[in-house]
Amino acid sequence: MNWRAILAIYKFEMARTGRTLGQSIVSPVISTVLYFVVFGSAIGSRITEIDGVSYGSFIVPGLIMLSILTQSIANASFGIYFPRFVGTIFEVLSAPVSFLEIVIGYVGAAATKSMLVGSIILATAGFFVPLQIAHPFWMALFLVLTAVTFSLFGFIIGIWADNFEKLQIIPLLVITPLVFLGGSFYSISMLPPFWQTVSLFNPVVYLISGFRWSFYEIADVSLAVSLGMITFFLAACLTLVWWIFRTGYQLKS
Amino acid sequence: MRPIISIKDLSKTYKGGFTALKDINLEIEQGEIFGLLGPNGAGKTTLISIICGIVNPGQGSVTVDGFDIIRDYRETRSRIGLVPQELTTDTFETVWHTVSYTRGLFGKPASPGHIEKVLKALSLWDKKDSTIMTLSGGMKRRVLIAKALSHEPEILFLDEPTAGVDVELRQDMWNIVRELRSSGVTIILTTHYIEEAEQMADRIGVINNGEIIVVEEKKELMRKLGIKRLTLDLQTSLKKIPAALKKHKLDLSDDGKHLVYTYDTMAERTGITALLNDLGKSGIKFKDIHTKQSSLEEIFVTLVKRSS
Repeated sequence: MNWRAILAIYKFEMARTGRTLGQSIVSPVISTVLYFVVFGSAIGSRITEIDGVSYGSFIVPGLIMLSILTQSIANASFGIYFPRFVGTIFEVLSAPVSFLEIVIGYVGAAATKSMLVGSIILATAGFFVPLQIAHPFWMALFLVLTAVTFSLFGFIIGIWADNFEKLQIIPLLVITPLVFLGGSFYSISMLPPFWQTVSLFNPVVYLISGFRWSFYEIADVSLAVSLGMITFFLAACLTLVWWIFRTGYQLKS
Repeated sequence: MRPIISIKDLSKTYKGGFTALKDINLEIEQGEIFGLLGPNGAGKTTLISIICGIVNPGQGSVTVDGFDIIRDYRETRSRIGLVPQELTTDTFETVWHTVSYTRGLFGKPASPGHIEKVLKALSLWDKKDSTIMTLSGGMKRRVLIAKALSHEPEILFLDEPTAGVDVELRQDMWNIVRELRSSGVTIILTTHYIEEAEQMADRIGVINNGEIIVVEEKKELMRKLGIKRLTLDLQTSLKKIPAALKKHKLDLSDDGKHLVYTYDTMAERTGITALLNDLGKSGIKFKDIHTKQSSLEEIFVTLVKRSS
């Protein structure tokens, strides 16, 4: 393994976060605070408790997941798309690094950044609502698995996109609606039976459910199913990334 | 000298059907400066990109220092530094960070001393903390060279390195190239400024339409393919070439003051003695005589025209 190359890519990407601190860290924190104000105050005053948990506390895992998903995708897709856009990707392609090392560098940095944002949101939430983490290990596992999986997904988008519109289209038109409809702000059990069934086709439901279970031991689907689904997404993304590097898709002619 | 790069039967056809390289066979010797010349779209950049790992090869094989570029890519790529044709830089990074990043990417431990040496050699030291977006085009070109040298490569590819740069940088760059060569680095240079290749290269390869049309020692190439012109400055102007001299196929300048005789240096007989004898018999006197060898550029144009 070329660890120095992995570290070089990782540090290079993390340095970008430092330069764009407002966009990378402050912006998602402000958005989350706004969610608390809007959803926590407006809706929370009407829904006092869900499964014995106050509404404000109930939405915290969903808010963290929302940020983890969007940040992972945004960071990883931009991280690989920008060098392709400006042409500096030649340097990575001509360096003695394997595709695995490239992925570890870029995806590792993107996942780190999104986990950092997730942790900051968790700490921020602590100022607004009482928090309880029943299973810290499982919470950390879900956090890491989700950040890595969706950073891989973002990496794939960054390779696939050949303009800035394509870079934005999946996060805006697919991911954000799935997260909002995946039980971030409500329990699936609150929906009519038909929509409960429809929700089960939304992969984000499983991520939020498992993550919320690690906080309050309440879930829409079983922990095993949640874990199985995230592992399946991870495997699917890894397979796709492996195929991209094997064929040189959008990277090498 | 042993070949450090060996290219065998290399072909490349892009997905759109464009064939960029056709059965290239070429060996680059260790420690030499090899000038790769060719018109736009001839295949120079494709060839370099394949060796460096940026473009997938089609058929054939390439080895670098005995290692296959596909199977042993870590060995081959760690030996190569590339200065690309385009000014592709990390706009928001500082000079120091971007050069250090390249060194890390190539698996080398951090060496502030080496980076400092490279930046000073390229007159970039006082710009080390500047972001690249604030630099001029010439300075950005220097940064690309610094990045290519950051990991101490054994082979350096310079793809049109002096395109659009000022005289000062050109001089700096050639000084560095000379230094690198004396330390044993092999340099492969493509350039539009053929006088640079004439000045710097040990050997010349000419590529056109994806095919190598000649590879030769520079001096040998100029001797073999070059022609020489002998110019006589006449004491008295001529209105036309006298009939007695027609057989020598002379050219008379527009002002009638110079007679030009073109001859092949490789020919068994150049015909100069006969010409001078005939001039004496015709009573044509001259005040000066000088010869000029054709330049590499003229040879290059001839070769490319011939192959096209």
